[in-house]
Amino acid sequence: MKSDGLRLGTWLLLGPALLWLLLLIVLPHVDMLLVSLRQRTGFGQYQTSTVHYLAFFTEPLYWRTFMRTAVMSILATILTLVIAFPVAWYIAKMVRGRVRSLLFMACLVPFWVSELVRTYGWMILLRETGVVSGFLQWTGLASGSVEMLYNDVAVMVGLVYASMLFMVVPLVTTLDSLDDCLIEAAYDLGGNGWSVLREIVIPFAMPGIVSGCIVVFMLSLGNYLTPVLLGGKGSMWFTEQIFTQFIVRFNWEQGAAFGVLLLVLSSLIVWLGLKLTRQSFTEVMR
Amino acid sequence: MSLQTPPIDLQCQNLCKTFGSHRAVREISFAIPSGSFFSILGPSGCGKTTLLRMLAGFLEPDSGDIRIKSQSMLGVPPNKRPLNMVFQHLALFPMMSVGDNIGYGLRRRSVGADEIRRRVADVLKRVGLPDAAEKRVDQLSGGQKQRIALARCLVLEPTVLLLDEPLGALDLKLREQMKIELKQLQQTFGTTFVYITHDQSEAMVMSDQVAVMNHGRFEQVASPQALYYAPATPFVAGFVGDSNRIEGRLVGGGEGPRILSRHGLSLAVSPAGEHPLEDGAGVEAFVRPESIRVARGVHDMASDNQLVATVETVLFDGANSRIEVRESVHQLDLLVRLPQTHEFADLRRGETVSLGWMSGQTLCFASGGGDGDRGGGQGGRG
Amino acid sequence: MTIRTGLTLRTLAVLPAAIVLALPLGVCAEELRLLTWGGYAPDEVVQAFEKETGIKVLVTLSNNEDMISKLRATGGAGFDLAQPSQDRITSAQQEFNIYKPIEFTKINQAQIIDSMLAATRKNTAIGDEVFGVPHIWGTSGLIVNQSVAERMKDWTDLCGPDLTGKVSYRMRRPILIGMAFAMGEDPFEAYADAPRYESMMEKVGEALIACKPNVKAYWGGGDELINLVSSGEVVAAEGWDAGGWKLHDTKPEISFVAPKSGALGWIDTFALPRRGKNDEAAYKWINFVMKPEIAAQITKSAGNFSASKGAEAFVDEKLKANYEASFDQAAIDNIKWYPPVPAGLEAIEGRILDRVQAAK
Repeated sequence: MKSDGLRLGTWLLLGPALLWLLLLIVLPHVDMLLVSLRQRTGFGQYQTSTVHYLAFFTEPLYWRTFMRTAVMSILATILTLVIAFPVAWYIAKMVRGRVRSLLFMACLVPFWVSELVRTYGWMILLRETGVVSGFLQWTGLASGSVEMLYNDVAVMVGLVYASMLFMVVPLVTTLDSLDDCLIEAAYDLGGNGWSVLREIVIPFAMPGIVSGCIVVFMLSLGNYLTPVLLGGKGSMWFTEQIFTQFIVRFNWEQGAAFGVLLLVLSSLIVWLGLKLTRQSFTEVMR
Repeated sequence: MSLQTPPIDLQCQNLCKTFGSHRAVREISFAIPSGSFFSILGPSGCGKTTLLRMLAGFLEPDSGDIRIKSQSMLGVPPNKRPLNMVFQHLALFPMMSVGDNIGYGLRRRSVGADEIRRRVADVLKRVGLPDAAEKRVDQLSGGQKQRIALARCLVLEPTVLLLDEPLGALDLKLREQMKIELKQLQQTFGTTFVYITHDQSEAMVMSDQVAVMNHGRFEQVASPQALYYAPATPFVAGFVGDSNRIEGRLVGGGEGPRILSRHGLSLAVSPAGEHPLEDGAGVEAFVRPESIRVARGVHDMASDNQLVATVETVLFDGANSRIEVRESVHQLDLLVRLPQTHEFADLRRGETVSLGWMSGQTLCFASGGGDGDRGGGQGGRG
Repeated sequence: MTIRTGLTLRTLAVLPAAIVLALPLGVCAEELRLLTWGGYAPDEVVQAFEKETGIKVLVTLSNNEDMISKLRATGGAGFDLAQPSQDRITSAQQEFNIYKPIEFTKINQAQIIDSMLAATRKNTAIGDEVFGVPHIWGTSGLIVNQSVAERMKDWTDLCGPDLTGKVSYRMRRPILIGMAFAMGEDPFEAYADAPRYESMMEKVGEALIACKPNVKAYWGGGDELINLVSSGEVVAAEGWDAGGWKLHDTKPEISFVAPKSGALGWIDTFALPRRGKNDEAAYKWINFVMKPEIAAQITKSAGNFSASKGAEAFVDEKLKANYEASFDQAAIDNIKWYPPVPAGLEAIEGRILDRVQAAK
């Protein structure tokens, strides 16, 4: 009787979460999968087909766009990690009290404005008639105007900037729980800076690193505005391709197929990443 | 003895360290002979951790010198000192197996993999955990972790091993057991141990020499027996073992010095400490509960000091049972150890007892000679 | 016991739905949900309409593709009036069935320029049913900086020499069609012949790939275009006449040029979403905004002229001057009006555009 009551209570508590998962996550994806598996044969007429999945693998443009997106996202993830790690270390270990909350705040401030405004901010800075170019000419470092927008470097800068917080937070959390004694013990036993970092700090921070990397990778992969606005004329982003298929071409079937493929392939990449770093997902999310 | 004096492993000279206006360590000098177990005992905040961190190299002293095997350690970073440390919370690396933890220091010294395996297995055998190499740290019990932390340092064969209250986290039973084990391990390895603790029992049981530290200074460096029977300062007398502390004035007389307590009680004492006692000056006397003989009813105790008192409280604790008594005339409170005879088994509150002890067991120090604070709170009822 | 529980549960499940359904009907006043372009429903017009009719207007800004996608997602619900371009109505209607026919008896046709009304009726008809009423018209052409005005006469001039990194256009159909005209083809004539259209577009695609070094960036929204051109980073771009005239007002060296092969003319219409709830309000809005003085206000905010009879009389002199500077009579006669897009053409264009974008 009591266990029955308990079970009911658990279900009632889980209910909203499950409902939310079902209605807002599972059902749309199932619908998307169904849409992706049909082919238009006439006005409002459809038949089941895998032609849109085949298109992804046979049309080199789509495949290349995805690979490009994935490689750039991985690169952005690595760069974010390299930049965020010292920042997180500084916040977690070197400062206390007010300075610490101020630094945290500094990481958070960019998120008070929308992604669009942030991206436009970068455009104002980097464009040919922009702030950086003007400054370089004023100092005499550049003779003519310098274009820093519309290339992959600009996209990378935008992606790293947009992802910093999501890397810093999990890193600070794990580094916070790293007892300073472990580092002292490692020094005491003969370690130097590099070996302590490699053998003690990084293995200890691994759950934070991996969860940060997963979040940043997924965010970069799914980013739309940054690559579209900062990217050059030859730059293609996979989400842009999905948007184009859905909104510009009215080709929902192709767009849905791309959406499903993005989900599957990105999960595959994350899984591979976990395998390569010998981390388990449950461990990371603990 | 003087012919075979063992070499000095660790020596400090006039070591000082100040944080802001707080003088954490003042003018500390000592020398530890090779292979001995040396304890630094003091209440929390006495500066022992600062001293330890200077020895380990995590802090630089403001002045003074640290020498290991007559080699100055000033400016030598922690990873280059022939000295290792067992941390308070052991600081075992959670992401490594036990074997990797122990092998860490050897890997840093670029020892070959086979050699590492051999030496790890060897040290594990010596600490009595031969099968632990593959285990994860969180699979070990408290006592096992202790031994692994020790093994991780000892495998490097350091000249000196520092231990920072490593038994603090263990429960009482295990702590008692580990005290004995630590002492045995120290003897088998023959390494010089420097053991930091606030627990006098740990220091007394294991050490060859104990330094009692207070307010950044060493009050006394001596064997546990000497600390107990011949404390050099009132702080040591109060801090090491239990003592009844009696304040009063010194009164000279034909039969030797006596103290006239605040309560008006006159007791025969023996002078102690480095400061000479003057007639009429303020003094404090220390009598250990176990020095006081006790008998039920009113008797002549045939002692230098005799009083009749009423039992206030019986503190039954098996072999360590004590009573709190109040002297009948002057209302002086004393703590008295009960002898392990059947005679006192049914002693009750309110009963009259006779007490007696010799003047030699009543050590009398000039008061106000030290730093003001003498661990007063712990003086009487430790 | 079980029956009672079942009943209670069902009641509980129905209750929120009932509340949600009841709310908008019970609480809110009559409203018109308008899906339109930026500038087509300026605040003063909305306020005047609300004052006159008491109907609240909820404006959602959009564009052709977005309108179709939004209405497609709901099967034509969520809005009471939409404003797609006339060439995008029939294919979307045949494909997704998102509009309902216009009842012309409810429209004050006397306010609308006859020729435009007739053209839109023809272009938005499926069988006997007509789905569009003309509202605003405009063109796509070239927005040009004075420094290169001399040699910027036609679409193909965007790919001329010495313009490396100085050109911008949008990766959508106007640039494909404009280039085709300038290359001597007639894409509108080829609309009905998909294979011919495809080979024509492939030629255009190759030209655009060869032209790529000239492109600084593809613009996506009006702000981007204005930033690029007004900063002087781009000296020639494909764009809307209204955008060009707006730029001209702040920077006189920039002007809108009708290409020699013809500016591309579009007409934005009124169309009724199939599951719109308040058709009466929609008709009231149409009749209201086609009044000459109201139409002139919209022309001022949108920058484009409307199909309202006599509205020119109320239009700002400056705008008229801009218009006349860009279009002489020959250029007006030469405007290439978009015919209805047959379904499937967009897929061909999409492939070409993808190829151009992916090319090095």
